[in-house]
Amino acid sequence: MTSVAPQKSKSGFDFSNYSRNHFLDGKGLGGFTATSTGTTIVGLIYKDGIVLGADTRATEGPIVADKNCEKIHYISDNIRCCGAGTAADTEFVTALISSNMQLHALHTGRKPRVVTAMTMLKQRLFQYQGHIGAALVLGGYDATGPQLFTVAPHGSTDKLPYVTMGSGSLAAMAVFESGWHKDMEQKEAVDLVVAAISSGIFNDLGSGSNVDVCIIKKDSTEMLRNYVMPNERAKKEQKYGFAKGTTRFTKEHIYSMIQKEDVFEVGSTAPTPAPLPAAAAGAGGEETMDTS
Amino acid sequence: MSDITTLNGGSCIAFKGKNCVAIACDLRLGNQALTVACNRDKVFKITDKTYLGMTGLASDVDTLRSAFRYRLNMYRMKEEREIEPETFAHLVSSTLYEKRFGPYFIEPIIAGLNSNNEPFIAAADLIGCLNFAKDFVVTGTASDKLFGMAEGLWEPDLGPEELFESISQALLGALERDALSGWGAIVRVITPDKVIERTLQSRQD
Repeated sequence: MTSVAPQKSKSGFDFSNYSRNHFLDGKGLGGFTATSTGTTIVGLIYKDGIVLGADTRATEGPIVADKNCEKIHYISDNIRCCGAGTAADTEFVTALISSNMQLHALHTGRKPRVVTAMTMLKQRLFQYQGHIGAALVLGGYDATGPQLFTVAPHGSTDKLPYVTMGSGSLAAMAVFESGWHKDMEQKEAVDLVVAAISSGIFNDLGSGSNVDVCIIKKDSTEMLRNYVMPNERAKKEQKYGFAKGTTRFTKEHIYSMIQKEDVFEVGSTAPTPAPLPAAAAGAGGEETMDTS
Repeated sequence: MSDITTLNGGSCIAFKGKNCVAIACDLRLGNQALTVACNRDKVFKITDKTYLGMTGLASDVDTLRSAFRYRLNMYRMKEEREIEPETFAHLVSSTLYEKRFGPYFIEPIIAGLNSNNEPFIAAADLIGCLNFAKDFVVTGTASDKLFGMAEGLWEPDLGPEELFESISQALLGALERDALSGWGAIVRVITPDKVIERTLQSRQD
């Protein structure tokens, strides 16, 4: 009988644990919760370009895993992408498409276009039939003007003047539906995005903490990290300090990383070393070596 | 409780301090409610100043420990230098994400000082989503309790001895209320010139 060596997957994914995990599933031991970004993410087109917005909460079931994570991912200098869904998937799919966009730009010698990134993203997501759980808002400014898309986990896309995604999308869309109009001024647009994200932060449990905003115009991209921080923890009036020796320990081991070296002068003619400057002696603690 | 990530039990926590970091874990290894061993250290040395804590399925912890040892040795030989904790965090992340559709059931935390002796901590979920926290990270069966303890006890700019007391009390407090973790604890405080490793006295039930 000939044994076939396991083929390395061309996709970059390794399925070698899959059958084991499937077996455990059958035993009722399977199932896991990955970090997800419950998330409110939005984007809109205004007079001079695009404004993207995101909240900063990452959850693991009912636990807040990260209070201030970044959900607006870099694709290229003129393109950004907000991610909702499985946090690892949004992180890695945007990083992959960012790399491929840079290679594409180098190959064509042109500034990257948003449709290119959108097509790459939807093709990859469709290939995986929704198992890569990334729901994205893609925005940028290229040769064809301001561009705004949403990409759903199964690979379908929408091209709209104002979009929302994630668990807070309904709360955010309610704000957009009542407030958005054509050719908004920048301040007006940013304020509307902040209002939409805030609506998600305060009404959707999957979203929370701060508002990140990104403004993409013809020749500039402005990333405004933690643009509004409405949920800062109140300063503690007092603190829990424990006196040294509070915790009882039974064993102690110290691994010292200072290498000590003793230098002995050999021979009576050896010159006496000059006294060390105070600063050098204090900082290093090593002896000057006689190389005569 | 019939979940593969809680089969063996165990918890880890890391605190960031002023020019130092601390990483601590419990010592229990169980098979559901049956305690099998009470000397299972879940924190591993990566470099002199970087440590990795892994909780979850114990067999996957062992598998990944040797996988990381292999990758670290390759890194050392290629680069002829020690890995930075930031770089190591990304190595952990991509190793886990490679198995996106058949994951290892572990959640790692990383604590260390980089080459400028700046403190660094990070955590990842089982498919490699990194979380660079500025204060503390927790993982394991007591993670929800540890979140509460750390949120209350952590203070900015703690020195090595204060950090030791703080992280120890946070861990011991959480272990009081987690049936699947406990049976001893080890705390490591990493400073620029030494690593202090202390075995805590804790309840054995």
